[in-house]
Parts: sequence; structure tokens; C-alpha cells
Amino acid sequence: MIAIVDYGAGNISSVKKALEHLGADAQGTSDPAVIAAAEKIIMPGVGHFSRCQLLNEQLRIPVLSAIKSRKPFLGICVGMQWLFDGSTEAPGTPGAALFSGECSRFPASVKSPHVGWNQLEVRPGSLLLKGVNSGAFVYYTHSYRAPVIDETTACTNYGDAFSAAVERGNIFGVQFHPEKSAEAGLKILENFCAL
Amino acid sequence: MPSERLAKRIIACLDVDAGRVVKGVQFQQLRYAGDPAELALAHASAGADEIVLLDITATAEARKTLVETVRRAAKDLFVPFTVGGGVRTLEDAARIFDAGADKVSINSAALANPALIAEIAGRFGSQAVSVAIDARRGAEPVETAEVFVSGGRTATGKKALQWAREAEERGAGEILLTSMDRDGTGAGFDCELTSAIASSVLIPVIASGGAGNAQHFVEVFSAGRADAALAASIFHFGTHAVADLKQTLLRAGIPMRWSC
Repeated sequence: MIAIVDYGAGNISSVKKALEHLGADAQGTSDPAVIAAAEKIIMPGVGHFSRCQLLNEQLRIPVLSAIKSRKPFLGICVGMQWLFDGSTEAPGTPGAALFSGECSRFPASVKSPHVGWNQLEVRPGSLLLKGVNSGAFVYYTHSYRAPVIDETTACTNYGDAFSAAVERGNIFGVQFHPEKSAEAGLKILENFCAL
Repeated sequence: MPSERLAKRIIACLDVDAGRVVKGVQFQQLRYAGDPAELALAHASAGADEIVLLDITATAEARKTLVETVRRAAKDLFVPFTVGGGVRTLEDAARIFDAGADKVSINSAALANPALIAEIAGRFGSQAVSVAIDARRGAEPVETAEVFVSGGRTATGKKALQWAREAEERGAGEILLTSMDRDGTGAGFDCELTSAIASSVLIPVIASGGAGNAQHFVEVFSAGRADAALAASIFHFGTHAVADLKQTLLRAGIPMRWSC
């Protein structure tokens, strides 16, 4: 079973629907026991980074211990940003600090939010992005983004390059919405389900 | 090398009445065009970047959007999916999201109760709130364009430019701008009005009303500065396959999502 962590930040039904379409058993939950029992964990997230405060207060320990036990974990959008040290959007709200760097707003040279389909530049060797080629379009909707780091497996350029996807061991994050990214997105979720 | 340009979006709109897709000419004389779930999937497979389902008679007849239609249409749809018509409260929006929509489009209800924008954005995020503006200006300058509600039947006295800015400040994630003058005419988008709105807000502006041929899309993405363009009948009746339209736009230098 894949637990979809529901911490009251937005709508999890699209992610659940996509996983069910792929034949996976997925369950939205805010129950630490369900998270502990799950084989894999997906953490979506939309809106302001301060919403991660709720997550930190209620579910930080169960989610981090699941990650530590090497269960595959996928953070989506703000769920990926949470994997970093934090975000300038909410300086008082810490991230999980599993990847180093701070998320920040797009430069003033581009319109923000960044909404719509943009292209990936995929680095070789990613398990999550296997079968997804550079140039593939994915759907974004966000105003803050994570920096490009060693563990970045795909970048997108908007104003400058940012991390579209990160990966280390069992920990994965994508800034775009795979559940809304047509074939490329379903391929990525399928790869995650197959881990 | 991937381009740095965000693709312009082509949005297929399903105007739904009692569970059937229809398309009117200037909101009148509705014509039957098919099943919403089937058409949504067909458009997405053909390359539409996004699907909008508008329950066009919801306000006039005080009828709620058909949650079941949304659920059916959303089931196998994996591109962004917006639903509008009859969303009056946070609870209405929550039911629509639960049925599988990614965004709600609010129009009359946002004008009657502007706090609703922040309410929905506060719970589901700004990206989930699209404020629809139906504007009419006749032959007058864009500054005079007035906002209409109830499927275009009632004037509000509000100016479209001003209302777009207010909606953004209140937390809207997108503006869906329909030119009532052009809607259903096939005479082209109101590029001047679209450009004026797009220049006054930072959030994306979706142009709607008047799409008749591929050149109209080229114009609204260049002169009209639209981030996305929406059309209904030209897709439903097969006048233009989405793929053909996108090829024409790519040749004109407009960035498009292209997977073929």
C-alpha cells in the first residue's frame, strides 16, 4: 500500500486517482500508524511553505522514520521543497534537511507563478525518471523553487535553472505534478510504484 | 537543449448543460455536441494541455454542478482539469475537488462574495482558484470593458481590469477572461482586452471567446499576451484537431507542448 500523506494542504484526490489508474493500492492518510504500515509514501503539497508547519507538528517524526527505514518516499511540489533545509517563503518553518539548500522565489525577470507545461533536462542514472527523455514536458504551478544540487536528476529553466527532480537512495522529489503531466507524469509514477 | 520558454497552453472547454456538452453562440442557441467524459479524454489524447468543464446553465437555473459528471470526466484524465459553474461556497469547491478537479473556476459567486476567492485559496491553494471574468465593451476602449454575470445576462457595473487586479490580490491563481463580444462568433479573440488584463496582473491569463481559426491563436499569444487560450466548438466539431493547431502555432514560433 502507498500512503499519500494528507496534512490538510490541498487536494490529494488527483494523486490517488493516478496511482489507482496504474493499479496501485493507495490511501490518503494523516494517521502515523498507516504511514508506518505503508510500503511507500507520497507526500503532495500545494500553496504556501508555511503549511509544512502542520506537517512538522503532526507528522514529521513518522514521515522521517519511514524515510529512515528506507521506504521509497516521493515528495511532490511543496512536498519536495520540504525535503530541503527550508524556504524563504516561510523562514520560520524548517524543512526536513535531507537535501541541502534553501528554496527561493523566481527572479523578477520572469512572471511568477510559473504555471503550465515546461521541459525537463534529464541527467542520466535516475531511477524515477527512467524512460523519460530530456525535452519532455511536465506541468508546473509554483512560485518558489529548489536550487540545483548534486542530487538533482532533472532541471527546468525558467528565469534560471532549478531542480525539477531530486533523488538519493530511497528519497525522491519532483517540483512538477506528475499526476497532471500526461504520459510523462504517469511514467514517473509507474517507476515509483515499481521501486 | 530544452527551451527556456514556458509553453503556451491550448485549453479545450466543455460547456455542459444537464450532463451534455453543448456550445452556444453568444450564450444562446445551445447545440448538442457530446458526452463530457468522452470528449475530455478525446481532447487530452489529441494534445489539449488542459480541460475546462463549465456548467453554463448552473447560475441561471440555480443548479449545482453535476459532481458525478466531474467524477466521470476526471477518472482517466491526467492533465489539469478545471470545473466551473455553480461553485458558490467553499463546500461546493471541496466537493468538486473531491470528484477529481484540480481547479475551480468561480464567476458570479466571486463577484457576490469576493472573500470566497481567499477562502478557497486558503484551503486548496491559489493554483486551485481560477476567477472567470465575462467582459463586454462593444466598440469602446478596453478600460470601459464591463463585467457581466449570469451567463452574460446581468451587468455588474464593475470594470474588467479593476476586477482582475482585485481577484489577483484576493488570491486567484489564474484569470479566465471571456470576451462576450466575441464569444461564439469565430471572429478572433479580443487581443486588445486580453493584453490589457495580462499586463495588469502577474497571474496567468486565459483568453476565451472568438476562436475561429489557428491564426486567432497566434494573435492572442503574441499581440494578446495570453498565457493560455481556450476554445470549445472548434474542437468539438472537428474543425481543427488540436495537433494541427499546435503545429501551426509552433511554425509561427509560439512555444507549445509537443510530444509527438
